[in-house]
Amino acid sequence: MSAAVGVVVGQELPELRIPITRTLIVAGAIASRDYQDVHHDTELARAKGSPDIFMNILTTNGLVGRFITDWAGPDAQILKLSIRLGAPNHPGDEMVLTGRVTGVRGTAADIEFTGRNRLGNHVTGTARVDLGQGVRQTVGERAGEGA
Amino acid sequence: MTPATDLTDSQVMQQSSPRGLDEKLQAYVGEPAASEAYGPDPVNEPMIRHWCEAMGDTNPVYTDPVAAEATRFGGLIAPPAMLQAWTMAGLSGPRGTRTGAYDELLGLLDDEGFSAVVATNCEQEYLRPLRPGERIRFDAVIESVSSRKRTALGAGHFVTTCMNVRVGAELVGTHRFRILKYRPEQRKEKRPQREKEQQAGRPRPVINRDNEGFWAGVAEHKLLVQRCRDCDTLRFPWLPGCNACGSMEWEAVEAAGTGVVYSFVVMHHPPFPAFDPPYAVALIELTEGVRIVSNVVGVPHDEVRIGMPVAVEFRGYGDELTLPVFGPSEPEKAR
Repeated sequence: MSAAVGVVVGQELPELRIPITRTLIVAGAIASRDYQDVHHDTELARAKGSPDIFMNILTTNGLVGRFITDWAGPDAQILKLSIRLGAPNHPGDEMVLTGRVTGVRGTAADIEFTGRNRLGNHVTGTARVDLGQGVRQTVGERAGEGA
Repeated sequence: MTPATDLTDSQVMQQSSPRGLDEKLQAYVGEPAASEAYGPDPVNEPMIRHWCEAMGDTNPVYTDPVAAEATRFGGLIAPPAMLQAWTMAGLSGPRGTRTGAYDELLGLLDDEGFSAVVATNCEQEYLRPLRPGERIRFDAVIESVSSRKRTALGAGHFVTTCMNVRVGAELVGTHRFRILKYRPEQRKEKRPQREKEQQAGRPRPVINRDNEGFWAGVAEHKLLVQRCRDCDTLRFPWLPGCNACGSMEWEAVEAAGTGVVYSFVVMHHPPFPAFDPPYAVALIELTEGVRIVSNVVGVPHDEVRIGMPVAVEFRGYGDELTLPVFGPSEPEKAR
């Protein structure tokens, strides 16, 4: 789905459900070059007081980036991404990413998002994304800023 | 590099730490954490593809040169969130990228027993996209070291670094990163209890001689209320005697299952394992006049309104539990 149909404050991004598998946690850690044992070795994670391995922050960041451009489309340019982690993503859980547009300026939209798992909020944060030239008219009209 | 439990503000409290340690820690603020360091690999298509595979990211601008050329970018770019990945030392560990100051600071915290580490915050700005073939270099500074805080994980210190990422002389991104160095606390009692709660699922009703008729009705998908045999007053919830005349004689009658929202609250916090906040808990006034506490389902929590027409539905929760809940009645749904 592309955001080029027009973006208004309050608009919600399509929900993204991510099954938290052991494979995702390990693949994300390795793809982000993060070899900390707590992201791939269950025994060592338990020795450090965690019930199981857990997702690293870079994977969370990557999933949030995907969540935004799945909605905004390939012409979108993410300008800022700010995340704060809470409850960990362990294998067997599911994270549900939801978000909404909190501001529109020119072709850029500010977004607020939350990724919730069954322990609580895994991630909360904000992003700014430039939606590209293609939506300038639509954004201006919808936001009442004139074309 | 990720927290092992929730760290909300209310759970982060100031703790006194030995003055000597605080002074030692503060001396590192402003010191470089990395200086003139280079990414081990240039930005490259294989690592981008592996990243996209792991994340399930199908944005063609990262992996499909033809589709990417048709976008504003005119060619492939790296996922912006990979910014930090390009700076990671990998399995062989830091190779001269960190400075002595950062290692010293972490070592000092290790020695004080704050041996575990989790990442808590990441703030990135992308001044322009990175493209395959570019080689990044970076500098980072220790921006702050907190005093000792008590957190859900254990006592610890937050360390914030701020990194500038460049290609040649051009600043392409900034990366602020906060970690918690903490002394792990084994929460042996709490964790099994939480798991038990999750397995247990939704709380079960307490069924006794006074209310067993109601739950027998629910099992047959009937919403039963009591009617006094002496004064005909309806009552709910189920009780042995009539509030109006005191009679102990009653009969069960089936309610139509329709009503309106008389009042409601929306539960946001705290989250209980078997529930998925935010959700609406409502006092429903049945058409017959009695009121019942239940959930309003099938409508976003922020669209529940006082006076809203609702109808009962019987929902299964797990294998054993069926509960009467209320959803918008048909005319409401059609709107």
